[in-house]
Amino acid sequence: MFLVPNKIAIRTMTENTQKISRADVEKVAKLARLQPSEAEVEEFTRQLGAILEYVEKMNELDTEGVEPLAHCLPVSNVFRDDEVKESLGTEKTLANAPQRDGEFFRVPRILDDSNA
Amino acid sequence: MSDELLNFSCIELRDKIASGQVSSVEATKAVFSAIDEIEPVIGAYISTFKEQALKKAKEVDANIASGKNVGLLAGVPVAIKDVLCTTFGATTCASKILENFHAPYNATVVQKLLDADAVIVGKTNLDEFAMGSSTENSGLKQTVNPWDSERVPGGSSGGSAAAVAARMCFSALGSDTGGSIRQPASFCGVVGLKPTYGRVSRYGLVAYGSSLDQIGPLTKTVGDTALMLNIIAGHDSKDSTSVNEDIAPLADYMAELDRPVEGLRIGIVGRLNIGADGSVQKAIAEVIEVYKNLGAELVEIEMPHFDYAIASYYMVATAEASSNLARYDGVHYGHRTAEPKDYIEVYSKSRQEAFGKEVQRRIMLGTYALSSGYYDAYYLKALKVRNLIRGDFVKAYQKCDCIMMPVSPTTAFKVGEKIADPLTMYLSDIYTIAANLAGVPSISVPCGFDENRLPVGLQILTPAFSEDKLLRIARMYENQTKWYEERPELINK
Repeated sequence: MFLVPNKIAIRTMTENTQKISRADVEKVAKLARLQPSEAEVEEFTRQLGAILEYVEKMNELDTEGVEPLAHCLPVSNVFRDDEVKESLGTEKTLANAPQRDGEFFRVPRILDDSNA
Repeated sequence: MSDELLNFSCIELRDKIASGQVSSVEATKAVFSAIDEIEPVIGAYISTFKEQALKKAKEVDANIASGKNVGLLAGVPVAIKDVLCTTFGATTCASKILENFHAPYNATVVQKLLDADAVIVGKTNLDEFAMGSSTENSGLKQTVNPWDSERVPGGSSGGSAAAVAARMCFSALGSDTGGSIRQPASFCGVVGLKPTYGRVSRYGLVAYGSSLDQIGPLTKTVGDTALMLNIIAGHDSKDSTSVNEDIAPLADYMAELDRPVEGLRIGIVGRLNIGADGSVQKAIAEVIEVYKNLGAELVEIEMPHFDYAIASYYMVATAEASSNLARYDGVHYGHRTAEPKDYIEVYSKSRQEAFGKEVQRRIMLGTYALSSGYYDAYYLKALKVRNLIRGDFVKAYQKCDCIMMPVSPTTAFKVGEKIADPLTMYLSDIYTIAANLAGVPSISVPCGFDENRLPVGLQILTPAFSEDKLLRIARMYENQTKWYEERPELINK
C-alpha cells in the first residue's frame, strides 16, 4: 500500500531514533571536512537519524542476486585516441584561485617544523 | 503590444522576428521591462545581462535584415539556470562558495543556445547546488511563485520556472536530478522536460548526482520544448555520458509533433495516484478522460518497487554529491576562509562558512552511506533497489506506451511550510524520482488548477530515448486543453 507522504513524515519525526549517534555525526563531519557547531551536530543527528530510519524501508525488499545499478547508460568505457588537445592553460586555470603565487595555487604550510 | 508579445511562444516569436513583424530588440526590451516591473516581487534571477542581451538582439535583427542565415532560436530571449557554466557573469549555483566564480568556458548547452542565436537575458535562482524542492535552499536569494507570492515556485529549478511563468523570458534551461525541472514546472504552470539520461550533454553543468543529473528546457508549450530539445540534444565528445547517436538516434522532435499516437496505451498505477491531494487526483482523472475521448486505452500497471524510490534516491544522490562536492576545497576556486589556523581548516572552515545547511546535510548523509561498515547496508542496497525500479519500468512498457501520474502530491506549498523538516521535503519528490533512477524521459505538462488557482502538473513517462513519442503524447493533450493560455494574476493586468 502506498503511504501518504505526510503520514510517513509525522511518524518518523516523532519517534526518537538512534540510527546515528552524535559521535557518528562528528566522525562523518570530519571525513567530509565540515565543522558543524555543537548545536548543528545535535540537529544533524536528529535529522539524519530520521532520514536513515526512512531509508531502511529498503530492507523490506529481498535483493539477493540483484545486480547493483550504478547508471542506466547502454555504454561502458568511452575511448579516444591519445592525442594532445587544447586545454585551458595556466592563466584561465588560476584565474579563480583564492590565493595564487605566480603559476601556483597558494596554500598554508602543510608540513610544520615539528614534523620536519 | 509588449504585453501580447510576452505571451508568444518561442516558436511564434522566432517566426515573427524572422518575418520582420517584431524585432528581437523589441522583444528583449519587453522582457527587461517585465523584469524591472515583476522581478522585485518574484526574485527569479541571480544575474541579468541587459547590455549583452540587447547587443545580441541588434546583431540578430541586422543579420535577418541583411538576409543572412540565422539559428533556430534567432532573437528569442531565454534564461539559464545558474548551475550551468558561462564565460559571462558569475556561475554561482546559488551558493556562497561560488558567489564570485567566473567559469573559464561555456557549458555545451549554453554554447548551443548561443549558436542558435538565442538572446540570453540572465541566470536563474535555484536551491543551492540544485539540492531541494522549493528554491528556499538558495544561498543567495528567495524566489516566489508567480501564481501566489506567499508560495514556493518549487525546486530546484524554481527560478527558471518562475521566470517562464511570469513572462520574464520565453524559455529557460533547468537541470533535473530527482524532479528539479518537472516539479517547479508543475508548481508554476509551465512545461518542463527531463530528457533521457545521456540525451543532452552535461559538459559545464556543475555536478550534483552524476548518474542522475540531466539538463532540460522549461517552456510555455510542448511545441517550444520540442524546439529547445532540437537545439540542445546530441552527443558531445566532452561528456562521456552523452550517448552516441548511432546507439540512440536523434529525432527531429518538431517534425511529427502534431501527429497523434494511434492506439495509445496509457499505463496507470492506481494505488500511487491516491497518495496525492484530492485536487491533484481530480485533475489527473480529468486528463485521463481527455485521452480516453481521443481513443486511448488505459492499462493498470503495477510498479511494485516504486515506493522505494525515495529511499534509494537519497542514498545514491547524496553519495554522489558527497564525492562531487569534495572539489570545493578553498584552494582552486571559490570561497576561502580568512584566517585558517592550518591547511585542514582551509578545507573545513571554508566549507563550513559557505555551504548552506541542506548541502551540508546531503554531504554528510552521502559520506555516511559510503563509509566503512555502512556501504553495503545503504549505498549498495540502494543500487540494487535502483535496478528493481528500472525493472518495473521495463515490465510496464511491455504493456503500455507511456505512464501517467501526478508530478507532485500537492500544488505549490507555502514558503517556510516544509523547510524545517528535510524528510517531509524529500517525500514530496515521490512521483518524480523514479524517472531519474531509471534514466527514462519524463515531462510535466500543465493540467488545470486547484481550488486556490494554483497550477497542477501531469507527468508523462516513456521508454529511454523516445522523447519524440513523449512529446507527441503531451501535445495531444495540450491541443485539447490549451492551459498555457492562462496567466498568473500577478501579471494579469
